[in-house]
Parts: sequence; structure tokens; C-alpha cells
Amino acid sequence: MKYLILIYSNPKSMEVWDNFSAEQRAAGLAGYQAIYDDLAASGELISSSALADPSLSKHVRIEDGRSIPTDGPFAEVKEHLAGFFFVECPSMDRALEWATRFSEAFLGSVEVRPTMAPGGGDI
Amino acid sequence: MLGALIRRYGDFDICEDAVQEALLAATLQWPAEGLPANPRGWLATVASRRRTEIWRSESARRRREEAAFSAAPRDVDPLPDSDDTLTLLMLCCHPSLTQMSQVALTLRAVGGLSTSEIARALLVPDSTVGQRISRAKQAIKANGARFRLPPDDEYTERVRAVLHVLYLIFNEGYTASSGPSLHRIELSAEAIRLARQLHERLPDDGETAGLLALMLLTDARRPARTTGDGSLVPLAEQNRRLWDATAITEGTALITHALATATVGPYQLQAAIAAVHDEAARSEDTDWHQILALYGLLRALAPGPMVTLNRIVAVAMVEGPRVALDELAVAERDPAFAGNHRVDAVRAHLLDMAGDADGARRSYRLAARRTLSIPEQRYLESRAMRHLSKPQE
Repeated sequence: MKYLILIYSNPKSMEVWDNFSAEQRAAGLAGYQAIYDDLAASGELISSSALADPSLSKHVRIEDGRSIPTDGPFAEVKEHLAGFFFVECPSMDRALEWATRFSEAFLGSVEVRPTMAPGGGDI
Repeated sequence: MLGALIRRYGDFDICEDAVQEALLAATLQWPAEGLPANPRGWLATVASRRRTEIWRSESARRRREEAAFSAAPRDVDPLPDSDDTLTLLMLCCHPSLTQMSQVALTLRAVGGLSTSEIARALLVPDSTVGQRISRAKQAIKANGARFRLPPDDEYTERVRAVLHVLYLIFNEGYTASSGPSLHRIELSAEAIRLARQLHERLPDDGETAGLLALMLLTDARRPARTTGDGSLVPLAEQNRRLWDATAITEGTALITHALATATVGPYQLQAAIAAVHDEAARSEDTDWHQILALYGLLRALAPGPMVTLNRIVAVAMVEGPRVALDELAVAERDPAFAGNHRVDAVRAHLLDMAGDADGARRSYRLAARRTLSIPEQRYLESRAMRHLSKPQE
């Protein structure tokens, strides 16, 4: 089963990060690297990436047949997607085990979403 | 070949590399120089020689031992492989490995698929498969697993592990056959090929025969289970003339023999159920009494949510949808069914049979929302739509 682990930051988790010392930041980053390495070593990692700041996002809307790009999130957002891990695990429980290792699991929030499969069994 | 080398030398990685290089050498040399008198012996000799070369370059520390090693008799005869495939399968399905690694290693080492072929078939990147295989080899090494058949007290369990991996490979290919990824279908063919090899080596093992029969009897319906645009066709509506009669004959013979001679097991019972479906020329000719009895046995032997639900569908065909709905209401209390879209799909089907169009539509909608299969979602949505035009009851 393939799952998308979505890692969300919020103002509180951002503030904690901003107040971190250099050592604490290094430890935090090493934590992410360790999860990445463990996922890769177990053969469960498909891909992953951190996402750039949401202020760099563009939205696109089609109006009168023309696309109109607009900048970033419109109002102050309570929560934003900070990164993702696309994994293949034997079960949801196993995917949740990985998800609880992210610091956002107690500072921000982590979502584990099953993906749809292109095939299906007998009906 | 790989099995023979590993049996002789014991080191999985090096032997695998050696066999690959021997095969490469063969593809380069044979077209130019003609087929050797004994191709298998030629390959074994080249692989064995390459294995020694790789081994030799591996470590300077071992160099002194190498003299003794090279002095040993090196005549390579055509290698008997009757037990090697079985031993290799058991090594690939070693209990120290995760299921995903067992699948990848089996396809690589026994099936002979390349890492990229496996990656394409499993819809994951090459690097993921590469990791799974190298990790699996490390785990086997770390566990000190040797290339030999397991002791008697582990034997049955290890055969079961192999059967489970072959079953997973088959399903991976079979369920994909409604999707856009045609190459995944080859996984079913590969699983059938490996199950056939295993059955040749263990002809008296009822569950091995049962699994092979189950695969054949299920795969036989493949041409009828989807339409041209990839939509799923339920069993009751399939054009049975499209079913593969040869596969059905073979599967039925296998399961008939196994049930008469071996200890019964879950694969045999599932194969028997598939055989009863397959032998009905028309959907309405299906012997549901027999299917219900077989599900009763399966429930006693290997209970699980899927068995419970499939049995309830058979109850509906024999005793009517209302009895089945009552049974479903009881079964649903089991937390194992929480959020399972199949419960909603079965309820929808039963309400449909009972003439409750409104209830059926709601359950079809719920099932469609909860399924993780795209073609199944399309099917369930189309069923829900069908009830929109009907008058509400």
C-alpha cells in the first residue's frame, strides 16, 4: 500500500523552530535525515521533499478563458504543507509508525493518506 | 544456475553477479561463435570462474585462502537443479525479510526479472527496488541463513511463506489488469510459472497444488473481467465465452486431485470455490449451495473479513438477501470491518437484491467514497447512478 505522509507546520511550530539555537536546528535537521535514511534503507521510501515557503506559491485561476496567476496564500494561514514523504508500507499502522517520528506530530500535524490504486480486484 | 552456485559457494551477492556476467558473456559470444555443445555446463563454468574472480578481488585478506580454494577440483558438470529452485525460493522468502523484500528478491533471484522490470511492475522507482533487494541480501547474510533446505520442523511453515509471496505477486499483477499498466499483468504469469515450478517439486503438497489451481482458475476470467475502456465487469455479468477454457480444465483437474489426496487447506478451498464459479456455463447455473458450504469450511479453517463477506454474498444467493442482511448487521460489529468499503459494497448489493433502491444507492455511494481502487470506484459510482432513475420504494 502506498501512502502520502503530509507534514504540516503552523505558527506555533514555526515559532519553536525560529527560537531554536544552531545546535537545536542541527539536531532537528538530523532527525529528518535519520527518518529519510531509515525509510530508504527499509525499502519503503518512494520519494520525498521539503516544500518552499508558502509565500512563494502561485495560484492559478481561469477567468474569461485567460489564466490569472496570483501570489501566495491570501490571508494568514493557520497551517501549511511543509513537506511530504511518499512511502509504500505493508499497512496503515506501519505508515503511522513512521509518521509519529516527525516532530510536527506534536508541534504541528502529520497526515497519513492512503493513495488510490489504478487496479482493482474482482467484484 | 544461481541456486547451484549459491549452494556451492554460499555467498548470494557474488554468485548473483557472477551468473549475470556469465549470461552477458553468453549473449555476446554465442551469436558470434555458435552455441556450445553443453550451454548449461558452459554457463556454469563461466559463472563459477567469474565468481572466483570477483571473490578474489573482494579482499586481500582472503588471498591466502584463495590458493587452497583454487586447488580444489573445479570440474563443473551440468548442474542438477531440481531442489535448487525450491531452496532458492525458501531463501528469498526467509522469515527475517519484510514481505515487500521477499517479493522483490523472489522476482529478482528466482524469476530473473531485472531491477527496472520489477520497479515498473510494482509502480515504484528503481532505487526503491534496489534498496529492497540489497537490504534483503544483507538481512539474509546477517541472519546467517545458509543455502539449504530448512529443518523438518520449519519446512511446512517455510513452504507456506513461499506460497504467500507467490500469491502476493499474482494478485499484484491480477488486480492491475484493469489499470493502464499492462506490464504488471506479467506478474501474474510469472507467479503462475513459479507456482508451477514449485508444484513440480512438491507434487503431493495440497496447498501448492491449490494455489496453482486458484491462480489458473482466477486468471482464466481475466479476458472477461474488464471492458475495452478498463471498466470492471462483475462475475455475474461476464461473457463466459471469453474465459480461458484450457486454464479452467487444468485448474479444475489440479484442485480435484488435491482435494481427493491431500490435507485440505485455505488455497484449496478458494480454488474449489473458483472452480464452481468457472464450471457454470451461465451465471444462473452457479451452484451456490456448494459455494456456501465451501465458504463455511473456509470460515472454520481460515477466518477473516473477506471470507465473512464473501460467505454472506453466498448466503444471499441461497437463503435470500434479508437473511444475508441480518448476518451482515451482526458481522459489522467486528472492529476489523471499521471503514472497510467492502462492507458498504456488499450491503449495497444485498439491498439492491432486496429491492431497496434508495438504500442501495446510499451504500454504493459510501463504498465508492471509501475504496482505494480507481476502477472499482468507477464501478460503484455507476451502480449508484443506476438507482437514481428508479422510483424510490
